[in-house]
Amino acid sequence: MSAVKKSLVVEQLRRNQMIELLAQGKRMDGRGLLDYRAIKIETGIIPKASGSAKVTIGDTQVIAGVKVETGTPFPDTPDQGLLIVNAELLPLSSPYAEPGPPDEGVIELARVVDRGIRESQMIDVSQLVIKEGEKVYAVFADVSILNTDGNLFDTTSYAVVAALLSAKYTKYEMVDGKLRPTEVKEALPLRTIPVSVTIAKIGDSIVVDPTDEEEAVMDARLTLTTDSNGNICAGQKGEPGTFSFDQMLSGADTSRMKGQEIRNLLKEATGYTG
Amino acid sequence: MTTVLLDDRGLRHDGRRVDELRPVKIEVGVLKNANGSAYIEFGKNKIIAAVYGPKEVHPKHMALPDRAVLRCRYHMSPFSTDTRKNPAPSRREIEISKVIREALEPAVLLYDYPRTAIDVFLEVLQSDGGSRCASIAASSVALADAGINMKDLVCACAAGKIADQVVLDLDDVEDKEGSGDMPLAMMPNFEQVTLFQLDGILSSQQFKQAFSFALDGCKRVYQLQKEALMKKYFGQGEPSMEESE
Repeated sequence: MSAVKKSLVVEQLRRNQMIELLAQGKRMDGRGLLDYRAIKIETGIIPKASGSAKVTIGDTQVIAGVKVETGTPFPDTPDQGLLIVNAELLPLSSPYAEPGPPDEGVIELARVVDRGIRESQMIDVSQLVIKEGEKVYAVFADVSILNTDGNLFDTTSYAVVAALLSAKYTKYEMVDGKLRPTEVKEALPLRTIPVSVTIAKIGDSIVVDPTDEEEAVMDARLTLTTDSNGNICAGQKGEPGTFSFDQMLSGADTSRMKGQEIRNLLKEATGYTG
Repeated sequence: MTTVLLDDRGLRHDGRRVDELRPVKIEVGVLKNANGSAYIEFGKNKIIAAVYGPKEVHPKHMALPDRAVLRCRYHMSPFSTDTRKNPAPSRREIEISKVIREALEPAVLLYDYPRTAIDVFLEVLQSDGGSRCASIAASSVALADAGINMKDLVCACAAGKIADQVVLDLDDVEDKEGSGDMPLAMMPNFEQVTLFQLDGILSSQQFKQAFSFALDGCKRVYQLQKEALMKKYFGQGEPSMEESE
């Protein structure tokens, strides 16, 4: 998933240089340890989609499109609509991305983004039912990654959230047992705005929003998602390094604090006031 | 048909207290052909872990010049669940294989085995809640049984939330009907977290409580892992100081 080709020698040299800088509270690109790169959020860029958004963080660029269709509910949740989040790393996104089935990193990415949105209960799926047990709305959020420069987890998550916040879908009605589209278009029934914050551990330092270069040498990654009330609703540690107990607990505080800042950006960009 | 997850005496649907672990049984060296193996029962989970390696890497280009590659496959048998599970690896199993590998890797001294592969195979014969934690506990015992250099065992246990109460070690029913699950793995002697996942809404207070519950559960699993290894290699229990003198 990385655009930086791993070379043992270069990697080690860069890691040493980075750890020296981090010890002085500095990063390679001049940011503070807990600063995000510039985040840009545009919505409504794909008019054919029910909702869409393009998010860039630094040089990472992704597009999310939401399509709301009708479908059959799962047998064990007949009174709930469906939410399906998926992400794809396009071959045009980096010299090392290749066409073909998703590798484990991309599967993890899609599942962690899905988890953050699903577990926060952002969408009130109980309101997406047309006829219980038979027909419900199915919300598909698909993400295409256009250019990679680290922190795909947050970029992808913000794009999906922005697309959902700005989505309008066509209401259907049941007539003689058949579904018929109406003229009515509505916003999705939303309850909260989940925001994921990803931190990386490099040596003994913790940084937020790692670049590709930082991800190539990081020890471990931690993505924590908070909802509008500051509750933690999803989390995932990745990569073969470790976090101390204190780093885990203070990671939760960082996620809550940065999450609130980014939630305001999402509200501003989408005009969502709920 | 909803289960009472927590009754008025503070007991769970299977009679456990909020901070009680399910019964755990670990057996070391259960497969002849593997370099190391372990069988774990964790509640209704029945899982076999096998370790092959260090061995030659295939395909060859995957070999690393300075260390071993650790590979991990978590797989559920088709008969392990209530309704038959398709035997092809699901996206869930691919993700779990990845996080289990990353949970074990910090403990294994991979630089002792350059240009080799160490394979960890996990077969879930019967699944219950918390199968990834049980798998990690079994794998790390199997790695030790294979004689692979490690700086610590990795122990694992989940905490979660049912009926707005933080509890230790969710089973299947609690996982499905409860409102939060937080698997955690750690290296007990280094106090480092090697696996962490969370789904479900936890307040700041609940997060801290769940974290401390899970750490406590991990430490108890660690004791059972040690006992299982001692039993295989030293007979019953740990040799006392007097005997070794």
